[in-house]
Amino acid sequence: MILDAKIPAGPLEHKWSHYKEHAKLVNPANRKKLTVIVVGTGLAGASAAASLAELGYQVHSFCFQDSARRAHSVAAQGGVNAAKNYQNDGDSVYRMFYDTLKGGDFRSREANVYRLAECSLSLIDQAVAQGVPFAREYGGYLSNRSFGGVQVSRTFYARGQTGQQLLLGAYQALMRQAALGKVTLHTRHEMLDLVVVDGKAKGIIARNLDTGVIERFAAASVVIATGGFGKIYYLSTLAMGCNGSAIWRAHKRGALMACPSWTQVHPTCLPQSGDYQSKLTLMSESLRNDGRIWVPKLENETRVPNDIPEEERDYYLERRYPSFGNLAPRDISSRAAKERIDAGFGVGTQKNAVYLDFSKAIKEQGMDKIKEKYGNLFSMYKKITADDAYQSPMKISPAAHFSMGGLWVDYELMTTIPGLFAIGEANFADHGANRLGANSLLQACVDGYFILPYTLANYLAEELKTEKINTDHPEFVKAEGAVISQLNQFVQIKGSRTADSFHKELGKLLYDKCGLSRSAAGLEEAITEIKALREAFYRDLMIPGNAAEINSELEKAGRVADYLEIAELMCHDALSREESCGAHFREEYQTADGEALRNDEDYCYVSAWEWAGKDMAPVLHPEQLVFEFIKLSVRSYS
Amino acid sequence: MKVHLKVWRQKDAKSKGSMVNYDLDNVDQHMSFLEMMDTLNEQLTLKGEMPVEFDHDCREGICGTCGMMINGQAHGPVPGLTVCQLHMREFKEGDTIYVEPFRAMAFPLKRDLKIDRSAFDRIIQSGGFITANTGMPAEANNLLIVHETAESAFDSAACIGCGACVATCKNSSAALFTSAKISHLAKLPQGEQEAAKRVLKMVSKMDEEGFGHCSNTEACEVKCPQGISVLNIARMNWEFNKASLLH
Amino acid sequence: MNNYIFQSTLSRKNLMAVTGLFLCFFLVIHLLGNLQLLLPANEANASFNSYSALLSGNIFIRLISYVLYFSLIAHAGDALIITLRNRKTAVKYVYDDRKQVSKWYSRNMGVLGTIILVFLVIHFKDFWYVYKFGSLPYDRNGNKDLYVIVVSAFESWWYVVLYVISMLAVGYHLLHGVKSAVRTLGLYHPRYVKYVQLIGTIYSYVITFGFCIIPVYVHLSQFGL
Repeated sequence: MILDAKIPAGPLEHKWSHYKEHAKLVNPANRKKLTVIVVGTGLAGASAAASLAELGYQVHSFCFQDSARRAHSVAAQGGVNAAKNYQNDGDSVYRMFYDTLKGGDFRSREANVYRLAECSLSLIDQAVAQGVPFAREYGGYLSNRSFGGVQVSRTFYARGQTGQQLLLGAYQALMRQAALGKVTLHTRHEMLDLVVVDGKAKGIIARNLDTGVIERFAAASVVIATGGFGKIYYLSTLAMGCNGSAIWRAHKRGALMACPSWTQVHPTCLPQSGDYQSKLTLMSESLRNDGRIWVPKLENETRVPNDIPEEERDYYLERRYPSFGNLAPRDISSRAAKERIDAGFGVGTQKNAVYLDFSKAIKEQGMDKIKEKYGNLFSMYKKITADDAYQSPMKISPAAHFSMGGLWVDYELMTTIPGLFAIGEANFADHGANRLGANSLLQACVDGYFILPYTLANYLAEELKTEKINTDHPEFVKAEGAVISQLNQFVQIKGSRTADSFHKELGKLLYDKCGLSRSAAGLEEAITEIKALREAFYRDLMIPGNAAEINSELEKAGRVADYLEIAELMCHDALSREESCGAHFREEYQTADGEALRNDEDYCYVSAWEWAGKDMAPVLHPEQLVFEFIKLSVRSYS
Repeated sequence: MKVHLKVWRQKDAKSKGSMVNYDLDNVDQHMSFLEMMDTLNEQLTLKGEMPVEFDHDCREGICGTCGMMINGQAHGPVPGLTVCQLHMREFKEGDTIYVEPFRAMAFPLKRDLKIDRSAFDRIIQSGGFITANTGMPAEANNLLIVHETAESAFDSAACIGCGACVATCKNSSAALFTSAKISHLAKLPQGEQEAAKRVLKMVSKMDEEGFGHCSNTEACEVKCPQGISVLNIARMNWEFNKASLLH
Repeated sequence: MNNYIFQSTLSRKNLMAVTGLFLCFFLVIHLLGNLQLLLPANEANASFNSYSALLSGNIFIRLISYVLYFSLIAHAGDALIITLRNRKTAVKYVYDDRKQVSKWYSRNMGVLGTIILVFLVIHFKDFWYVYKFGSLPYDRNGNKDLYVIVVSAFESWWYVVLYVISMLAVGYHLLHGVKSAVRTLGLYHPRYVKYVQLIGTIYSYVITFGFCIIPVYVHLSQFGL
């Protein structure tokens, strides 16, 4: 299979406008004849569903949550980037494009990234029009702050709840369309399979989580916007329900997965405190604007942080990366933290954290200023840990956060299955091997509001001519049957372990062997162990009750079953890439001072994987990355 | 530590429910309340019993999915928290803890502690938005909004839609939820345009869904995890009165 | 204006607020009149009776009194409708500790209101009805001598106790009612809300104290104190 990214010809800055000018359109009268399924109601899903409905398509929106407002975009704290250059600090679309490309260690497409930066301008306008209460200056102009990995202030924010506010904007737009009858909401529905008819995506099979009933839905096109699968690590910053099932089942139907092992591990999360722990709460990266990260210079330090004198503190980010300091990109910060923790300098009861210290900022800017900037984050910290971060430093540690990898999509955000689109975190597109802070909200919104409405129309224009498929089609019957038999299989095992216990074991295994640092030996071991764990899962799983009722254990089982397969693909992906880039750090490929060693000669490609069948090794289809406009450089932040 | 749980179990909306006793040993005081519930559920599952169904998702207090009455109080005894942020350090060895769902006529029960809060979605559908299609907006900085207004709008917009305000209200009133959205949008120049239509529709929807009157006891503000102020209710009333008289 | 506005829960609350605030205004007038009872007996007699005559003679005052009757009935009737709806929407918890987060009197306006209503029936029967329809002696100035009725009523201690208890109910009712009414009408500016709440609290204390002190004073003055 030769992958065609369908990048428009022409100069970088004209590619997107050229595409828009030449894309096919669907006549307004015909749009209402076309049904589009959008799975997921996060920023990408809600913005796409609302925008498509505004255009006149009949949209069916699905989410497993009880309301579209609860998708995990809601938890993004820090902000959203846009190259508005309101601060007059040298920002531009080109600069943002370059920062993002470099931040991703040159493992994404120039054209996609440029489009992301270009569309960022309209997004802020759109969000303001929807009533998103971004931070403002006293005169009424929009305010900005800076984020990791860049040297300009281009991040727009609504206190520490930017994701929530953007999501509510999209959710409200979605609710407006639902009231107009253009969107049909299917909350508490989980997509369990994709239906492909004659090679094209034509519908989904979903389970009504409140009744257990399996339902079929047909459409002219299916859009997957189900976010990332970082929850595969069990302990992560994601919500409990976040899962990889929709994209995985699409993958098994023929959509390629790209770079699944590229997981961003966020440097500023709350450390694990015990085995019972279910998640690691993220503390916004914006804290690194004013907080200084350090560990004691003394191994096995026993003094409380405030008693450790300045000269006995190791501000390791400032030491290693003087020009970016505490604002080094996430992959670098996380790895540096792991390096210190592994070397025995970790702090806290489990020795698994580093300090994030605000004493200097409080001294310089005053308590009130810090309270205004980070008040809600400090109070969140206190709610969870019962510690007061105004008095002594926070304890933070890295945690799995964002999946750069996902379904492979072309420039039109279409997967390798015609008619199946993937947007937002669910796809692999713009972030390369590492995502910059405040770019995820941006990508999700831009995909949904500004890109998909054009690219989907370009596809649907042709679909008008093909015969409409309904849910009686044999492919629907077959897919539904498979879903039902899998659910019954889970229920009938009646073993002695919960789905969570398998998930926890898998998570630990991945953190150790396919996490912040990877090695060929470790990955090979991991593949064997995952296979064994998967066998144990199908032998020893315990699910009470049945499939025809509310059954959260059954929901978990399906997700864990998929994780057990995704994990193996992740390890294959990490194993095949014999270089270090971005979040992917192979111990064998590093410089003398422990920095990532990229290999542009052999690995300047996107690894797209094809499902070869159960217990078969996945098949790699590389998509070469061509850099026409910029020169690859060593990603240095020192 | 050890705790005694009394948990509301109910198979579905039609069945009769009751409190069921569970004793739990080895509860760590650093556990969150939901992690304690996970522990209980793991034990039940391994015994082949149905675990206690409860709503939860982000577990960091922002998605608004979780919510239960703990010892007779919405989200438990500590103000300003969601259940997922409540930790077992707030309880003592040997405590008896009552766990019940958020109850309201407008929030039908699904199973155990799981409830249906789609009434909130329908209130938003009735008018909780600004009519602005994708692609229309003007340059963001053309609309000046002074710092204080933006902050105040944010305070109202911070609502997470958990329903604690309804659950803690003796009349099951949704005034705080509804007013937070009305007030968020009315405070901003871009939302002011359709404020009158919005308030009339949303209030009428709120009534239709079967929520009670607001009698200004202010319990909702105390139990709101986001500390949404009851002054939003005053703002809703103001907008309503203005719209009733002028439209 | 569409129909539902009148049926809305917010309109019901508006009616409560407007009638309630009018009754608050009336209480001030009433208290001012009653304060004359604190004058030395002779002066009090004449002044109180002529004030009473003034209130019943004036056409303007009479119109106001119709508003007053309407307010009383509407306030109580509307309260009943609201309570019935709230009864319908209210739910029961096995273990209910919601009382921790609000004031008892804000949750029990209906109970307080009922006490006040019972009191009003007695109050009307003993004074208003007697004044309007009963046969009363006349004082020196030719006014009906309500003063005598009042003084003789407050001679019994239990009647005074009944009054004081009722006035405490009025006090708590006002403490929440004034604040609640102003919120219902839509005062949302934080600073003015604070002022109005302060004024409401002071008002409630003054009214309660004023109405309590009069029967006690009249009762004690029969012993020459």
